[in-house]
Amino acid sequence: MAKKEYSFYPGCSSQKGASGSNYQVSVDAMCETLDIQLNHIPDWNCCAASIGYAGGGELPRLALSARNMALSEQAHPDQDIVATCAACWLATRETKERLNDDEELMKETNEALAAAGLEVKANKKVRHMVEVLIEDLGYEELGKHVKKPLEGIKIAGYVGCQTNRPFGIHGESFENPVYLDKLTETMGAESLPNYEKKVQCCGGALAFSEPEKSQDLVKGIIEAAYDGGADMIVTPCPVCQMNVEVYQDQINARHGTKFKMPVVYYSQLMAVAYGSSAKEAGLDGNIIKAKQLEDIAGK
Amino acid sequence: MSANVQAIESYRNSFLKEVEANVEEGDWVKMCMQCGVCSGSCPLGPYWEHPPQEIFMLIRAGKREEVLKSSSMWMCTSCYNCIARCPRELPITHIMHGLATYAERLGMAPKNQPTRKFALKFWDNLTKKGRVNELKLGVSLYFMNGFVEGIKTALKAMPLGMNMYKTKRLNPMEYFGGHGVKDTSGLKAILKKAEEIELAKLKKTDA
Amino acid sequence: MSDVKIGAYICQGCGLGDRLDTAQLAQVAQRDAKANVVKEHEFLCSEAGIKMIQEDIDNEGVNRVAICACSRRAKTEAFTFEGVAVTRANLREGVIWVRPDTDEARETTQDMADDYVRMAVTEVKYQSPPTPNQETSYTRDILVVGGGVSGMTAALEASRAGYPVTIVEKTGALGGHAAHAWKGIPMHAPYADPEDNIVDELIAKVEADSNITVFLNSTLSRTDGAPGRFVAHIAQESGPVTDRKFGAIIQASGYRDFDANELPEFGYASNANVVTQTELDAMAKEANGAPLKTKDGKEVKNVVFIQCVGQRSDKEGHLPYCSGHCCLTSIKQAMYFKDANPDIDTNVIYTDLRTPGAGGEDFYRSGQRKGVTFTKGVVSEVVAEGDRLAVKFKDLILDEDTVEIADLVVLATGMVPNSGVDIEAIAKPADDEEEVDADGEVEPPQVELPVESILNLSYRQGPDLPHLKYGFNDSHFICFPYETRRTGIYTTGPVRRPMDAQQAMEDATGAALKAIQAVENAGKGRAAHPRSGDLSFPSFRREGCTQCKRCTVECPFGAIDEDEERYPQFNEARCRRCGTCMGACPVRVISFENYSVDTVGQQLKNIDIPDEFEEKPRILVLACENDAYPALDMAGMNGVEYSAFARIIPVRCLGSVNLIWITDAMNSGYDGVILMGCQKGENYQCHFVKGSEIAHIRMSKVDDTLQSLSLEPERVATYEIAITDIERAPKLINDMAETIEKIGMSPFKF
Repeated sequence: MAKKEYSFYPGCSSQKGASGSNYQVSVDAMCETLDIQLNHIPDWNCCAASIGYAGGGELPRLALSARNMALSEQAHPDQDIVATCAACWLATRETKERLNDDEELMKETNEALAAAGLEVKANKKVRHMVEVLIEDLGYEELGKHVKKPLEGIKIAGYVGCQTNRPFGIHGESFENPVYLDKLTETMGAESLPNYEKKVQCCGGALAFSEPEKSQDLVKGIIEAAYDGGADMIVTPCPVCQMNVEVYQDQINARHGTKFKMPVVYYSQLMAVAYGSSAKEAGLDGNIIKAKQLEDIAGK
Repeated sequence: MSANVQAIESYRNSFLKEVEANVEEGDWVKMCMQCGVCSGSCPLGPYWEHPPQEIFMLIRAGKREEVLKSSSMWMCTSCYNCIARCPRELPITHIMHGLATYAERLGMAPKNQPTRKFALKFWDNLTKKGRVNELKLGVSLYFMNGFVEGIKTALKAMPLGMNMYKTKRLNPMEYFGGHGVKDTSGLKAILKKAEEIELAKLKKTDA
Repeated sequence: MSDVKIGAYICQGCGLGDRLDTAQLAQVAQRDAKANVVKEHEFLCSEAGIKMIQEDIDNEGVNRVAICACSRRAKTEAFTFEGVAVTRANLREGVIWVRPDTDEARETTQDMADDYVRMAVTEVKYQSPPTPNQETSYTRDILVVGGGVSGMTAALEASRAGYPVTIVEKTGALGGHAAHAWKGIPMHAPYADPEDNIVDELIAKVEADSNITVFLNSTLSRTDGAPGRFVAHIAQESGPVTDRKFGAIIQASGYRDFDANELPEFGYASNANVVTQTELDAMAKEANGAPLKTKDGKEVKNVVFIQCVGQRSDKEGHLPYCSGHCCLTSIKQAMYFKDANPDIDTNVIYTDLRTPGAGGEDFYRSGQRKGVTFTKGVVSEVVAEGDRLAVKFKDLILDEDTVEIADLVVLATGMVPNSGVDIEAIAKPADDEEEVDADGEVEPPQVELPVESILNLSYRQGPDLPHLKYGFNDSHFICFPYETRRTGIYTTGPVRRPMDAQQAMEDATGAALKAIQAVENAGKGRAAHPRSGDLSFPSFRREGCTQCKRCTVECPFGAIDEDEERYPQFNEARCRRCGTCMGACPVRVISFENYSVDTVGQQLKNIDIPDEFEEKPRILVLACENDAYPALDMAGMNGVEYSAFARIIPVRCLGSVNLIWITDAMNSGYDGVILMGCQKGENYQCHFVKGSEIAHIRMSKVDDTLQSLSLEPERVATYEIAITDIERAPKLINDMAETIEKIGMSPFKF
């Protein structure tokens, strides 16, 4: 297969020393195996996520994503925009669709972009990395590269919110998407198709402002994984990963639970199955160590 | 307002029209059919002073202050479950964000609502350099309720921070500089212009 | 019966030859049941098999045919032979498919088959081939009673199909209730705006149709006859009575508004600016687009619509049902205001918004788009507030008592059907008719009419169509819409259930087709429905009749009048062939050519009853051919087994079951009897409406008979069975087998 190239929007959490930096490490390893080249959008900016509304309003918020699209259109005119972060993908795709649907909004957005000499057409596809994997390569192709099947690991596929709603992955249902389960199985691990909390919200940005309420949600997500006999949770979203992983100590302290549930990215599963080392798969970035993955990577 | 005047104003279209003119996706409010699926689908549903279904009805009943001063919209986690499930396909998440923004602009939003504070800080943080600085955001968060509270919160969060640091997912050096876009002036110009356009469009209200 | 020649044909196909000893079956047919010609065939429904039977009919004089093969519900076309009586022994669905293919089951399975062959040959011996009845009359004219949307549509549809139509309208103009409306609920995509009222177009079409005659200011002073030969006496307000002959009648007598004066809390009587939907539409029609004004001449700035006024309510005197159109009507009327001036505030206060029909939801959305406010709430009171109105209500979403000030309040009062006299409420064919002695009399009801009759039928059972519930005419709404309990008379529109104009137009089209079906079948002397094409009809032995009148009272279709000598007078064209009269007759003088007390009674007497010590009980199952018998057939198709001791006889309707069959079965040594009929009551699924109900009433008295024989009451059971009960029906049979095991065998075995 020829090398596939995409205009890549990494997002704030992927940056060195940021919360999702190990996601980026594993994505790079996975892409190398799959012969995918990610061309970073030059000088990209934050998408404002979904919490930027209070200060940003509508047009300034959309303008942020429009700037990224404009820069992508300039630098990689023939490549789809791809994001790995759910919020980045959602904000960018939402902006694209609103600009496409509303001529006045398009006009106003370009008026704003003109202040920096930019212009947006919003005519590119805006895709999540998972879509690239499923649609451009397919499960069969993804399976061909497996060198170390993840045998004996039971994994709960936690899809969460923003890769699932409102757009979601084509062909999947909002209430019971199965692509993570299929990916998990393609990598040789066992999935948990009836995982009850697979699309439950983790609290998102409210993990900071409403910690107790959010942690109650996270508690349910982890409990359901334990109930299903899962060894670890896999997710496609950096906010999900962080919220479900890093507060387990606080939840344990408050509720007397003994959670120690590793939470990994799909790209980490794939990198390990494709033969990467633990470090290349970003496993050193997990606070709760995914021991079984480390073992396989170390073999 | 006397009880009578209130009655005369109740269930009129005036506030609805204001919302339609000034709130993101506000046009959709009238299309709610009051089924309540949004309220039942919200992960933080029990914590809303008025769940989305009620917010829509309050708008239609003309209860301007009850809506705009409410902490309700600030409970939205942006999980989009309400959008996915709304049988009338209302963009409920965006309407809630839009109402929050509008209340903020009118100075009616509840001052100490924690998500409001966080959302504003987030925006400040990202607009400074064009990218979010997680550490600065976090530190400012700890102190958003004052210095002493902040120290306490920070101490509580210490183990978490240490974990993040140890796994190289938190970089203390970020505090002094860190990531950002190169063309900050361009970005700021864009945002300034966008805000200008948006504010100019706001319909003046008598309130 | 001198020329009766019975042919019994035994099929070996579909596994029958493997599972059963067909030679023995042939012997049973010949030796026990005395069939004249008996043949086995390896594939009876094949061309060769059918030819074999036909040749016996043509050459050997066989005129009674017993097909011993599959269920009577299978291969009906192949096993139809002209001019002879035909019956079936159900060896496939009724025997081999409900029994296990094991050595130990072989004997009881063969017993079953032997009995079914005996029963079939016996049954056909007592049958004769039916011929069309002699009262046949073919009149193509159709009478439509009522000139509203339903009536005019029915008339136009029947006329388009080539049938002359006469409309009798009570008022001085066509149009009915809908004529008062300014505009209509939209009937076409995109269902966004009110549409021009359809009534003017309908009136123009009716007036232009030379095939339609209209009598205005006219009513029916009397209606005689039966399908194919109805005679209507049309009384004009100032003019002569005209007698006309009709083949069928469509009753489209419509509805009237519930009287808002009954609801003082809404201020209708005391405030001129509280109006009904009908009145609002009349106001709008008069204004014809000009701004609507209050009664004191001010322009309306704020309107409140209150839904479900005095309806969907269990309060005394209120309507318990939903009238179906009012939500859409309020949306339409709110648009009258919004389309004229978007600044007028319109609030629709509802508890459940219901917008039926293809475009209902779109119309609702359109109303919302136009800024009509919809509030889920319950109004407690409407009172004067200066020169305006205060609507006090509880907002159910905000959970608070609140008030809105309005210039005009519109009440959605419901529909009350114009369904004529409730003959059953007056006559009440109470249970005590059973207590009338066999030779006693049940007097025809002395009807005092609180309501004006619509049809003035000269039927013995009363002048109008029976009601079902809430005053709506009984029109078999589950299985056979439009079919009332008077054959050849069909209801359509809101007289049969609440509906809006669009639904009424669709409904009227259906009723027109049913009327045409009745006309054509009456012309051929056969049943229209549900036993379509059935030529058999009931007759009675006059010399045996005691004039007890049970048949005339119990006939669900009012088919039986009385002649001058007070004997029953059967009107075959009104008859649906259910046999309820036959079941009712205490002296057993009523029969059909191919269905009688004997065709069933002789079957059950001619099975083999093993003696007590053989431990082979016998259970008689009388199963309604419409639902229970198919359910048992399907049990066979699905491999659901039931007791080999059951002997199942299909009956036309449980209403046709004569108690003598139960007595005979008990006397013959059966250990149990099960009756399986259709659902009765308000949500009845009985094809003959009352048959199952009447059978249940009759059976509730059977305990006396059992007691006189010193038998346990558990030996007789009556059930309601749905066609989907393919697990339950076999289970009930097995339950009876268990019961018999518990209480022991019948002592009446000889």
